[in-house]
Amino acid sequence: MAVAATSETGARPSRAGRRLAAPAWVGTVPFLAYVAVFLLLPTGIVVVDSLKNPNGAWAFANVTELGNPLVRGYFIGSFKLCVLSSVSGAVFGAILAYAIASGNPDGTVRRLYIAVSGVLAQFGGVTLAFAFLVLIGPIGLLIHASWYFDFPWGIGLIYTYFQVPLMVLVFLPAIDGVKVQWREASENLGASAWQYWRYVGGPLLMPAFLGGLLLLFANALSAFATIQAWENQIAYIVPQQISTALSSEVGLSNVNTADLLALGMVIMVAIVMTGYALLQRRAARWLR
Amino acid sequence: MAAVTALNESPAAASAGQPRGMQVRRRRRLNVFRYVVFTVFGLFFALPLLAMLRFSLEGAKLGTWSLTAWRQIASFQGTGVPPLISSIELTLELAVITCVVMLVLLVPTMIWIRLRVQWLTRTMEVLCLLPLTIPAIVLVVGLGPIYNRIQHYELSALMLFWVYVILALPFAYRALAAGLSAIDVTTLSEAARSLGASWFTVIVRVIAPNMRQAILNALLLTAALVLGEFTIAYLLLYNNLQEELYSISRNTPNAGVVYSTSFAALLFAFVLLLILSYAGRRRGGRG
Repeated sequence: MAVAATSETGARPSRAGRRLAAPAWVGTVPFLAYVAVFLLLPTGIVVVDSLKNPNGAWAFANVTELGNPLVRGYFIGSFKLCVLSSVSGAVFGAILAYAIASGNPDGTVRRLYIAVSGVLAQFGGVTLAFAFLVLIGPIGLLIHASWYFDFPWGIGLIYTYFQVPLMVLVFLPAIDGVKVQWREASENLGASAWQYWRYVGGPLLMPAFLGGLLLLFANALSAFATIQAWENQIAYIVPQQISTALSSEVGLSNVNTADLLALGMVIMVAIVMTGYALLQRRAARWLR
Repeated sequence: MAAVTALNESPAAASAGQPRGMQVRRRRRLNVFRYVVFTVFGLFFALPLLAMLRFSLEGAKLGTWSLTAWRQIASFQGTGVPPLISSIELTLELAVITCVVMLVLLVPTMIWIRLRVQWLTRTMEVLCLLPLTIPAIVLVVGLGPIYNRIQHYELSALMLFWVYVILALPFAYRALAAGLSAIDVTTLSEAARSLGASWFTVIVRVIAPNMRQAILNALLLTAALVLGEFTIAYLLLYNNLQEELYSISRNTPNAGVVYSTSFAALLFAFVLLLILSYAGRRRGGRG
């Protein structure tokens, strides 16, 4: 109350706040403290521990273990699965988004698909693996696909299930931003449909498409529950190996395996998300 | 018109001679394309769910129908795991606690930053969106030591809410930020302040009620997230709904109850998120 009495308006917050005995930013301390303890601290622990050996001494040479053939195998597995599922998700998602965007903007189909996409994009997890198991797995009701347990094809198909809706959500605004006048203008100048897509539509949508692709890549990279429920005997990708390392303590000698793998993942996600942010900024140019 | 377009074989000829004819033809081709796409993707999205529903209704003999698996939800007891119903209750409790903590933590802070500490806006946004770039599996590695400390005081799986709030931050933040930017916070708070309201009144009784829709969205997203969370519970050795379903499916292959419970949980999350997408639309201009 004392704080409040000295500053009359909320319009000039920072100046008014800083002059007081208890600065206004004190109000944000609970939130900042919470985030520090449960988000920043764990991340810090991962980074620090990955650079130490299990005895607690610094060991920067650990990082070279990321090049260890065994470790590299998991990263390659992750990479394969992410590329497969993000490329298929992005291509199919873009096609679906185009089909949605070319219809009535207030139509039922559009509303339905957007609502369903919002739900399905979040529908990863254990349940999704169960659903595909009873559809095309060994006890499948539709077919008994022999490739169901093949890596990365079987799991790639399952991942596509949540990647496509995510692409729809990300890519639809970009397609909506393509103005009908551009198409008309190019037609008036005599361009064929192919020429329009090759020289006008395609280049305009490309940054948004690639940005979506990267987002899907990061999404697939961090997914764990689905693949764990799909096949828990063999570890194909990094998150599975982190899980094994956490529960068994068997791994590379003299290295905090889980922390090191986690660090590798953070680096990969950081690179991908930076690319995503840059592409989004470029794509936004045409969406205003 | 249709007859004319049918005669025009090549697009070049059509564009040269019959621009309107070409448009009709293109529209028709586009419609065929759209319906094919909608049908194919509709099947792709619906079939796995239908298969799960059908499997949950399977009787003792293959190809028969029965409600056994659905009745079992309340009574199922797997080997070596707690009763199914207890983990359902626990997960629902977790959802409620996570929602409450998220609201108490995020709503006042966001309003306060908007009103008084605007130089923190960018920091707040970065912090809230950070969990999107730090995979849960990475977070869980670093959380190990912290949860060791927590388990020193309290063993209950309800303690998962501490980290679930973090996982929900990006979704809740975006929902709340959209609501906050839609109202004139400054005018509202000036009006309330000049009438003698305390800051507490401004935040809780003036601004928060004006962003009801955004708060509802944030709650629904958070609840849906908690219902589907597996990674962290599994790796910290807690027993929530998804972890329980996973264990049952490992110990009892082809247990119908796994499918009925999964489908029920999914349906519940669907309903939550559909409420969100429909309630959000009525106000218009969301996202």
